Amino acid sequence: MCISVLQLFYSFFKSLVGKDVVVELKNDLSICGTLHSVDQYLNIKLTDISVTDPEKYPHMLSVKNCFIRGSVVRYVQLPADEVDTQLLQDAARKEALQQKQ
Amino acid sequence: MNYMPGTASLIDDIDKKHLVLLRDGRTLIGFLRSIDQFANLVFHQTVERIHVGKKFGDIPRGIFIVRGENVVLLGEIDVDKLCDNVLQQVSIEEILEEQRLQQQAKQKTEKAKKIASGHQNSDLTLDEEFYFNDSTAQDIMLTWDQALIPNTEDENMAI
Repeated sequence: MCISVLQLFYSFFKSLVGKDVVVELKNDLSICGTLHSVDQYLNIKLTDISVTDPEKYPHMLSVKNCFIRGSVVRYVQLPADEVDTQLLQDAARKEALQQKQ
Repeated sequence: MNYMPGTASLIDDIDKKHLVLLRDGRTLIGFLRSIDQFANLVFHQTVERIHVGKKFGDIPRGIFIVRGENVVLLGEIDVDKLCDNVLQQVSIEEILEEQRLQQQAKQKTEKAKKIASGHQNSDLTLDEEFYFNDSTAQDIMLTWDQALIPNTEDENMAI
């Protein structure tokens, strides 16, 4: 039952490949970059990254691409115009109906 | 999984120099040699990099096997983008000393915060004090262990 909900967000993120996002991690690090790819665990690969918050994390200076483990993501910030909220709402409603059955 | 387009995969990162951030705050740099579906990693010629302010120090560590659950972030090091003008590399002894000073300063500010907010008991952490901070509880001040000991007669609780 939980698997189909994950599939929904996996598909949702796949549709956002190529867009610029900001990923906030559970250790409070925020990384801005272009979404390169995502997998079933919602691990995220970003290209052309930059650390958005004040550079308290100097070790990221020579890193251009990174892989972020899904389990450490707190938020993924997306520009509003990249997201079709109607479509997402409809998809979520369909999932909820399927789960009830 | 690796053959689906648009799927995040580490297979292309093998044999490249990488930086891994661990959940305990450590930074490891080395050549990624092996991966699996849990993001367990095998690092070769690993170096642990400690950053304090603008200085950093490298400690050679050899071969590392990192359990996937401890990985926060894995980044490919771009040799062209190396920024040696901002950061200054120092010796291992110096950076460990700097780190020790940083930890000391942190503990000092923690302690000052506690005194400033009027906490009396310094052997409890701030969280423990919050829980036990009422007059009745202070009479029967329990440690966390004492509060959580299960009923020994209950066999179901036996591990």
